[in-house]
Amino acid sequence: MANPATGAATVAPATDRTALDTPPPELLGALKRYLLALADDEMLLGHRDAEWTGLGPILEEDIAFSSMAQDELGHAKIWYGLRHELGEPSPDRQAFLRDAPDWLNARLLELDRGDYAASLVRQYLFDLAELLRLEALTGSAWKPLADAALKLRQEEKYHLLHGQAYLERLAKGADEARDLLQAALDRLWPYALAIWEPVEGEADLVAAGIVPASAALAPVWRAAVVTRFERAGLTVPLSHDAVTGGRRGEHGPELVTLLAAMQGLYRSDPEADW
Amino acid sequence: MTEAAVTAPAGLRLTPATVLEALDAVKDPEIPVVSVVELGIVQSVTVDGDDVTVAITPTFSGCPALHVMREEIEACVLALGARQVTVDIVLDPPWTSDRIAPAARERMKAIGLAPPPPAARRAFAIDLELLPRADAPSEAPPACPFCNAMETELENAFGPTICRALYYCHACQQPFEQFKAL
Repeated sequence: MANPATGAATVAPATDRTALDTPPPELLGALKRYLLALADDEMLLGHRDAEWTGLGPILEEDIAFSSMAQDELGHAKIWYGLRHELGEPSPDRQAFLRDAPDWLNARLLELDRGDYAASLVRQYLFDLAELLRLEALTGSAWKPLADAALKLRQEEKYHLLHGQAYLERLAKGADEARDLLQAALDRLWPYALAIWEPVEGEADLVAAGIVPASAALAPVWRAAVVTRFERAGLTVPLSHDAVTGGRRGEHGPELVTLLAAMQGLYRSDPEADW
Repeated sequence: MTEAAVTAPAGLRLTPATVLEALDAVKDPEIPVVSVVELGIVQSVTVDGDDVTVAITPTFSGCPALHVMREEIEACVLALGARQVTVDIVLDPPWTSDRIAPAARERMKAIGLAPPPPAARRAFAIDLELLPRADAPSEAPPACPFCNAMETELENAFGPTICRALYYCHACQQPFEQFKAL
């Protein structure tokens, strides 16, 4: 069992840094990439979650996934917004006018929603990672990033409350439910590990106290995942083989299909006023 | 609240106080008994001559009502006689449900919406064992807005809007909504 306190020490932000109002110019490229990875993860998960609207297995879950979709899209807008302030196009243009090779999401988030078990497992694996990352980012030396992380972190507790409740209820229920959850976990695991693939230039941002090292967060997350899934009676794969590439713009066919569906309307008239 | 020099011509005296007073007429479209001021989303009002800047902060970051409130705030201040109105969205300090005014909480109850309990505060530390457990909610269940009984239970952490959860009252056997603590 990993000691969360030990994990905390490894990801605690440097305390001897000075707060930055503007990021150093030489770090701008890396910072924009890091923010893009955050934004793209949220945008795609929001889109996939929204696919359950009207189709949820029960009304409560229809509502839950629709609400989580709204939350994730809200988070994406904030991250794209920070990039906009750094000189990038508007959040809408970032989300709807980029082709697959320009997306820096982890591939976990682009995968088809699959069955309900797969969506539940993906959401929970990602939420645990997001909470850890946000927690660490609240100590960022770049104030706008710290402010945003503090804001978004508050909202995560409802996602975790939901994920944990359903994971435990279903995994401890009928064998079929347990088997579906285990199958989803086995399939998604290599993709989930790649949440922690760093973007190019992350090390420079870490050295400047702007972001936490992904490599330091990964084992804390893994320990949390093991604790929680095993409590529900599921087995977390031992593998460390991650399906990386997403943070470098390498994606599967699922992203191309997703973008066609998500961006089609906007691209038909990018200047339209909604 | 930022105080600013008022250089408006005689007869038109815009001040942060008059702007705030006027903004009490702008309601949350999803909770029409609560104004944006009572909700605590107005972070600051700055008046510079005839130009007014209002800084607001989102409740939940994905709240679709935010842009509606933004437009209504702009229209409201323009109607007050401002020449130019800017509504900025800021995140510092982050909104918390503890900011909701006491009178507004009473009005929420009157429409069957349980007001949020005090938001749980955690020290800055990554301690995963402190994360909310499904079987050990971090906040006590709210009193039923209909019968005030405390025998209520969380049915779903998500409700008809992203700021609401669904509860059930075992005393009067009514489902009800709660504005989530944040």
